[in-house]
Amino acid sequence: MEESSGNMRSSEPTAAMKKVREKTAKKRSKEEEEEEEEQIFNFKDKPAGKEEEDEDLSDSEESVFSGLEDSGSDSEEDEKESDDNDDDDDDDVTAVESKQPKQTEEEEEKEEVVGGVTEREEEEKKEDEYEHDSSDEEDIRNTVGNIPMEWYKDFPHIGYNLDGKKIFKPIRNKDELDDFLDKMENPDYWRTVHDKQTGSDIVLSDEQVELVNRLQKGQFGDVNFNEYQPSVEFFSSDVMIHPVTNRPADKRSFIPSLIEKEKVSKLVHAIKMGWIKPRRVEDDTRGRFYDLWAGEDSSILGRHKMHLPAPKIPLPGHQESYNPPPEYLFTEEELALWEQQDASDRKLPFVPVKFSSLRQVPAFSRFIHERFERCLDLYLCPRQRKMRVNVNPEDLIPKLPKPKDLQPFPTTQSLVYRGHSGLVRSISVSPSGQWLASGSDDGSVRFWEVCSSRCMKTVQVGGAVKSVAWNPNPSVCLLAVALESVVLILSPSLADRQVVQSSERLLSGQPEADTSDAAGPVIWSDTEGEELNQGIRLKIQHPKAVHQVAWHAKGDYLASVMPDHSSHLQVLIHQLSRRRSQNPFRKNKGLVQCVSFHPVRPYFFVATQRSVRIYNLVKQEMTKKLQANSKWISSMAVHPGGDHVICGSYDCRLSWFDLDLSTKPYKMLRHHKKAVRGAAYHRSYPLFASASDDGSVIVCHGTVYNDLMQNPLIVPVKVLRGHVITHDLGVLDVTFHPTQPWVFSSGADATIRLFT
Amino acid sequence: MGGLQKKKYERGSVTNYITRNKARKKLRLSLPDFRRLCILKGIYPHEPKHKKKVNKGSTAPRTFYLIKDIRFLLHEPIVGKFRDYKVFVRKLKKAYGKTEWSAVERLRENKPTYKLDHIIKERYPSFIDALRDIDDALCMCFLFSTFARTGKCHVQTIQLCRRLTVEWMNYVVAARALRKVFISIKGIYYQAEVMGQLITWLVPYQFSHDHPTDVDYRVMATFTELYTTLLGFINFRLYHSLNLLYPPKLDSKAECELKEENEEDYALNSECYLEKLSALSASLARMVSSAEEEEAQLDQFPVEGEDMEKLEAREREQKEQEAQKKLFDGLKFFLNREVPRESLAFIIRCFGGEVSWDKSVCIGSTYEVTEETITHHIVDRPNASTQYINRYYIQPQWVYDCINAKIVLPVEDYFLGVTLPPHLSPFVEEKEGDYMPPEKVKIMALQRGEKPAQEQEDEEEEDEDEDEEEEEDDNDDEEEDEEEDEEESEEKNLKKMEKQRSQGKSLQVKVTPGKMKVENPERLEQEEKAEEKRLAIMMMKKKEKYLYDKIMFGKKRKIREANKLTAKRKAHDDAEKANKKKTRK
Repeated sequence: MEESSGNMRSSEPTAAMKKVREKTAKKRSKEEEEEEEEQIFNFKDKPAGKEEEDEDLSDSEESVFSGLEDSGSDSEEDEKESDDNDDDDDDDVTAVESKQPKQTEEEEEKEEVVGGVTEREEEEKKEDEYEHDSSDEEDIRNTVGNIPMEWYKDFPHIGYNLDGKKIFKPIRNKDELDDFLDKMENPDYWRTVHDKQTGSDIVLSDEQVELVNRLQKGQFGDVNFNEYQPSVEFFSSDVMIHPVTNRPADKRSFIPSLIEKEKVSKLVHAIKMGWIKPRRVEDDTRGRFYDLWAGEDSSILGRHKMHLPAPKIPLPGHQESYNPPPEYLFTEEELALWEQQDASDRKLPFVPVKFSSLRQVPAFSRFIHERFERCLDLYLCPRQRKMRVNVNPEDLIPKLPKPKDLQPFPTTQSLVYRGHSGLVRSISVSPSGQWLASGSDDGSVRFWEVCSSRCMKTVQVGGAVKSVAWNPNPSVCLLAVALESVVLILSPSLADRQVVQSSERLLSGQPEADTSDAAGPVIWSDTEGEELNQGIRLKIQHPKAVHQVAWHAKGDYLASVMPDHSSHLQVLIHQLSRRRSQNPFRKNKGLVQCVSFHPVRPYFFVATQRSVRIYNLVKQEMTKKLQANSKWISSMAVHPGGDHVICGSYDCRLSWFDLDLSTKPYKMLRHHKKAVRGAAYHRSYPLFASASDDGSVIVCHGTVYNDLMQNPLIVPVKVLRGHVITHDLGVLDVTFHPTQPWVFSSGADATIRLFT
Repeated sequence: MGGLQKKKYERGSVTNYITRNKARKKLRLSLPDFRRLCILKGIYPHEPKHKKKVNKGSTAPRTFYLIKDIRFLLHEPIVGKFRDYKVFVRKLKKAYGKTEWSAVERLRENKPTYKLDHIIKERYPSFIDALRDIDDALCMCFLFSTFARTGKCHVQTIQLCRRLTVEWMNYVVAARALRKVFISIKGIYYQAEVMGQLITWLVPYQFSHDHPTDVDYRVMATFTELYTTLLGFINFRLYHSLNLLYPPKLDSKAECELKEENEEDYALNSECYLEKLSALSASLARMVSSAEEEEAQLDQFPVEGEDMEKLEAREREQKEQEAQKKLFDGLKFFLNREVPRESLAFIIRCFGGEVSWDKSVCIGSTYEVTEETITHHIVDRPNASTQYINRYYIQPQWVYDCINAKIVLPVEDYFLGVTLPPHLSPFVEEKEGDYMPPEKVKIMALQRGEKPAQEQEDEEEEDEDEDEEEEEDDNDDEEEDEEEDEEESEEKNLKKMEKQRSQGKSLQVKVTPGKMKVENPERLEQEEKAEEKRLAIMMMKKKEKYLYDKIMFGKKRKIREANKLTAKRKAHDDAEKANKKKTRK
């Protein structure tokens, strides 16, 4: 519709054209032949008109290709449309008058269109080669191409025509007010479209509006098009008598294909080589069961011996029931404890719950977990055969001879000797068995009559008594007492005159001897006055504190112990008859705890912290070293036979050594709960006793056989209690009666007890 | 000297063990495959006695396998299958990547599969071995058969598990092999005696599972693979031992009875048969239709002395078992819809009862609620809406308790709305000194045929007994104490006397008539024995002493626990009595 832009310039030529076209319209229906002439005329007319005219024509020619819209518009309708326009004009004359020129223009335009159409039709006939051209391009009289029209915004022209001349924009003097007025007044405003490419306004025809409506609805553009035509199947199931195409068959359809042959041979080769396997036959034996153990032969070897079958899951107890007895339910404390405990420490992995009926029991939330854990156990847990100790505990108790058969031994406490006010550290029984001497921390030595528990004599020695020892020789009556750094020799004169005299003789025997030995570390001195009255006869002054005194069996020699780590002077041996002292060891290893003479042979036992050394006094050499296997030896006793030694230690043990057997203890007795303080052998009965800080004295039967092949029989026969533990100290010393199976014990509670 | 220097860790126990990683490398398997192989072949790690020696001086925690085990795995054909499968997966991935669908299809058709038959045969050379190890298989299959048919594992596996468990239950019904049942909070335990083997399995309650996230289902699936194969073969053998058809067929007579019009509504045709089987209400078809198996009579052998007693005991036991098998003979049960149908149908049928349920609950019901001959109607709600006169309405626990007690218990305690007596575990066998709940005592009395009339008295007696026992326990300690007490009192007297002596110049002489010291010879003897024992214990060796102490500790703990339970029970009963009294007032 670009004609209008061209036509605007001059109404003259258009008017001429109008005539021409009217003419043609009349003629159109009549003669078709003349059209060509008219065309010629048109061409003739061209030079007469202006150049724009020419342009118009060429444009209109090309509009033939602009597609359907144009083809759809018939001349008649166009005319009608123009009629309508006229009508409108009539209706509002006054308003239109101002626009008269434009209106006319439009009419002209319409005319133009009609003219264009007719021309096109003519051309359609003429130029058949464009028949198939379905190009949908716009009217391309304007040659600017498909560019944004803003680029020409500031120019008076839009593009160029074929001759390279500028195509000028139609003069537009409409402002917004005009536009608005137009909108309000022009009844065709709604169907007016502004064409950007040419800058002109186009009023759409009814036909075109309808087309737009149809397209908007999504319908087909052509009114007459039937969308629902019955389809005719080209290929059908019916066999036709004629072939679809009449083309003769190719040659290649008769000869075998080389490519196929190649492919097949490749496949055959692959099958031959085993690269391609034929489709497997569906193996339905899988999941089908049969008698697997039909031939139950033992020929199949079982698993090797290390294989252990998995243990079964323990069976549930009452507490797992959905309705357990009430005692199995948790109390609140138990529940709190269960929740506090780590999952691995819990006795039960679940909390017992009670439900009043079966339908209330919920699903167990950890069911899958438990099964999974079982699975893990089965394949991840190392299995071990654990030997279950199926022992009757009674069988573990050793079969010992009955204590009843091993009588006599002390069983009951029969006498208590009271009188001391401090703890009684040491006791000793006279060889006759009639007297008992005791030394206490209260600084006194007391003599008791054994049978009546009467205190016969009290000697104040002025210091805590560490040790007392009665002279084992029955023909003398002397007592050695160790306190501080002094050893006193007492003559209690508790015997018949003969004995007292003989002891006097022994004491006063060799007065001249001390002069020769004056240079020694020990000073012997006689006592006088009060002390002499009390019975103290001799004072042996030592350089250090004396802890223990021990007599030789003959009663002439006396050993004293002064424990000191760094010194070589720890043990001294005194000869009473000659008032002589000597230091038997040049060097002492360790802290000497106690010493003892061998009852019959010239041996000397020295117990240090860890071991017991046995010296031969005649040969002056060490014969044996006994390892006590304990931390700190407290006491030692030698068997009257001389072949056995017991050692008590502060670490609660009593070790029995068999000297013929080994230097290691033959037996370790761990009977006491606390430190062992004292140990003693009975002189004639096969008994020994140990005293401990736990307040008990344990009497054991210890038979020593003469047959060297037989080991001694050791049986504990009695636990004697009675002493009260004071200041964590219980029984401090223990000793046997020389002839009776009685045992004396002295304790930290300041008493001495006799058990018979 | 010469000679090569001995290298460390090349001889001794180190040569018997191999670490897991090394084993894996030796077998050239990935860890999941190795795990699967171990599961299937039943290989488990071993703990070496001296870990540091085996671990080449390191104390790092490592899993050790026996080298013999691993060598044994080397010859397993299934290892090759694993490798094939790996290759298959690789090829399939490649084909997918190249979008060669024909190749994918071809590969899928040739997917490598394996069978576990030979492994089963190898792991369980004899049938009894297999039967002995079936507990876990049953538990697992019963669990898997309750899974939903979505996700988690293959539908086929679930279906197979369901089929196998149904077959197993049918066998147990047919063989009347069930012995004990126990409703626990985890599920229901069953114990059956099959060919002399006690087999226990646990069935979860019928609820959908809340699948935990920290469980590796691949491991479970591998186990299930093995177990289904095992259970299938065992079922086959068991069915044949009873002359039953395998796969199980319903009795033709029963099948006709079960035929219903609306069968199609209930299930697909393909599933219908399994469902009917799982209903457990009909007997199975036999290969040789024998009317009734004749009871095998035990032959009498001439025996003497102790054997005689044993034999008698065995005979008695057998008779008991026979009686138990016919526990519910002649009884007709009807299950209300809220009770666990499968479990109850299973156990009732196991003991010869007849059972049915509402038609809408499950397929396979044999008679209606209105049937006149029903003797027991099992209901699990406080009251039933319509009650028929000539039947007992009882709670489901009655059935379970009857089976465990091996007698038909009185129904009074189990009526609707009644507080149920506690449900006891039949697996607990109390030894002497163990705690026994009073309910168990009652049941035992019933078993002996005593009347439960003098309940109260019984209980009181029990209490007394228990008290006595406790006293005895304490006796030992008391004796020791007494001795000491006497001595102490003597000493006190003496001290008092001394004090008096020191205070008052003259002794208050007072003669009191002496008491005869009554010496109880028995007591003396006991004391003597106790002392002897104590002295002997002192002479025990260190090792034995330790062991002895441990045993004694365990015993004492047991006694303590039993005492605690009795005390708790007593407190509970007292509270109950008080409550009752209160309500009465």
